[in-house]
Amino acid sequence: MSGVETKTERTAGWNRPPVIVPTGEGELLELSMGPHHPSTHGVFRMDLTLDGERVVRLRPYFGYLHRNHEKLAEGQTYLASMPYTDRLDYICPLTNNWAYALAVEKLEGIAVPERAEYIRVILGELTRFQNHASSIGFLVQEMGASGTPLMYAFREREKILDLFEELTGARMMCNYMRFGGCRVDITESWLEKTRKVVAGLPGFVDEYEALLASNEILMARCQGIGVLSPELAVNAGVTGPMLRASGINYDIRKVDHYGIYDRFQFRVPLGEHWDVYDRYMVRMLEMRESLRILEQALKEVPGGPIIDPKAKLRGFRPKPGEAYGRIEAPKGELGFYLISDGSPNPYRYRVRPPSLINLTILEDMCLGLNVADVLVIFGSVDIVLGEVDR
Amino acid sequence: MKTVEEIKAAIEAAVPGAVVTFVPNPSPSAQHSLRLEPSSAVRVAEFLRDDPDLAFDYLSNATGVDWPDKEIAEKVKVTREVKKAVDGVEQTVEETVEETRKRVEPGCLEAVYHLYSVSKKHGPLVIRMKTANRTDQVELPSLTTVWRSAEFQEREIFDLYGIAFKGHRDLRRLLMWDGFKDHPMRRDYVEPDDFEYEPTAHDAVLKRAQEHKNRDQGAGIREQG
Repeated sequence: MSGVETKTERTAGWNRPPVIVPTGEGELLELSMGPHHPSTHGVFRMDLTLDGERVVRLRPYFGYLHRNHEKLAEGQTYLASMPYTDRLDYICPLTNNWAYALAVEKLEGIAVPERAEYIRVILGELTRFQNHASSIGFLVQEMGASGTPLMYAFREREKILDLFEELTGARMMCNYMRFGGCRVDITESWLEKTRKVVAGLPGFVDEYEALLASNEILMARCQGIGVLSPELAVNAGVTGPMLRASGINYDIRKVDHYGIYDRFQFRVPLGEHWDVYDRYMVRMLEMRESLRILEQALKEVPGGPIIDPKAKLRGFRPKPGEAYGRIEAPKGELGFYLISDGSPNPYRYRVRPPSLINLTILEDMCLGLNVADVLVIFGSVDIVLGEVDR
Repeated sequence: MKTVEEIKAAIEAAVPGAVVTFVPNPSPSAQHSLRLEPSSAVRVAEFLRDDPDLAFDYLSNATGVDWPDKEIAEKVKVTREVKKAVDGVEQTVEETVEETRKRVEPGCLEAVYHLYSVSKKHGPLVIRMKTANRTDQVELPSLTTVWRSAEFQEREIFDLYGIAFKGHRDLRRLLMWDGFKDHPMRRDYVEPDDFEYEPTAHDAVLKRAQEHKNRDQGAGIREQG
């Protein structure tokens, strides 16, 4: 951004991004980026209007992966939607399962046994860890570090996916949680393996940090880029590590205390400069906090049933009413809104996708910057198109 | 957090002319909601955001619900005069009969918003608005001026349900393509028989190619198949 003076002004209210006044030298260039651009994480397209290298307008286009997940879910029973939730954010299938199960449990008032809560926390934090590791890998790949850091992350992700596979039978499409508990019980040998994997992960984080944190290119490309003010972040519904990188202390694990998160000690890392580097750093620190939770949870997993014996899997008909359940998914607040009319199918089934809503302020963050910065900022939002387009 | 009834009272005290209805939720979640009148909704929303006690600064979820026209069959007791022969003499007698009457309850589209407070860390508060009907009066005021996070979500509601949000700065379809006509999340939406066909700009090209093929072809153009 150096050398070019940008004139920005914010119009009244929060409903418009700032206006960039073109320099008036030369013509504006329309550039369509995607849907098959290597750094759009799938099929996402944005129309950029450029004044030289500077972005003066950015319009995102969605829907290339749209299959109307919500309509599909309204046409089948509650339980039948569980495997479909895996396909929303396919990097983190288990947290999607959890959010859906939580919403249904709120709707019907089902309690979850303690052992199942422990399993959920262990799987949820493993999911968060591998999501943050690979999302940082994708971010640095956007800056031209072609593959190396990403493969470091994937090496660890592989170990975690092996654990998922052993427990649930699938590496990514786990379909593991049930209303009121989980599908299969964990074994002592699985726990032992998990402890072993988790014991090795802090070393990976140290290595990852040594590789990246003070890397000159990473600092030059990330610091001061894509600044998102806390007021705008809250108003635009930004959640997850992005919101905390803007300095807002809001973690649903701490706010709602869903599950058994109030039993564990962990801190909420916050950003100070609100830029891409802070988002990178918040994810890095959250990985360490996830490991802290995992160590506490793995110490002793209580015995008992893994599913509420009163919870019905077949012939499940919740009483009429509605419920909104949300969890802190790795990408932000993942919520499910359900309306029941007493029939076996949900009357209304809505997914609140954090990836989509975090993109609301993409234009605000990119205006006045160069095209190459747009990719870095976009990478720092951390989206999965399966969830954006649903 | 205040209870939903207390919030309702606070709104009515602070926003003149605001009509707010309490909508109970029988589910164990007990997330009761408030129905706002479209005419005063934006002012109420601004109050909810700016009031220091409530401080609902974060709109988490905005979504649509379709309530189609409902045919309700009711049993009504009707008294009518019947001519009957009583003791050989024809008389007019009043008689009470049970009759099943069908009436159609007009449907509507509904927009539901889930609010939380980031600064006070409480929530959710559910607010909802109804359109007048499902066909021609589908306008609701947009809340994007109050919460920016409604921007994409209201576009999605417009796309999938067909609620037109007045005051939205960029009300286009979000997920379906621009030429798409229907609203797929409505409950009476009929899927097309032919999923393959989709009019594209290439239709004209294909037609021209077809014409070209049938023409008496001169030298320089290779015969097809």
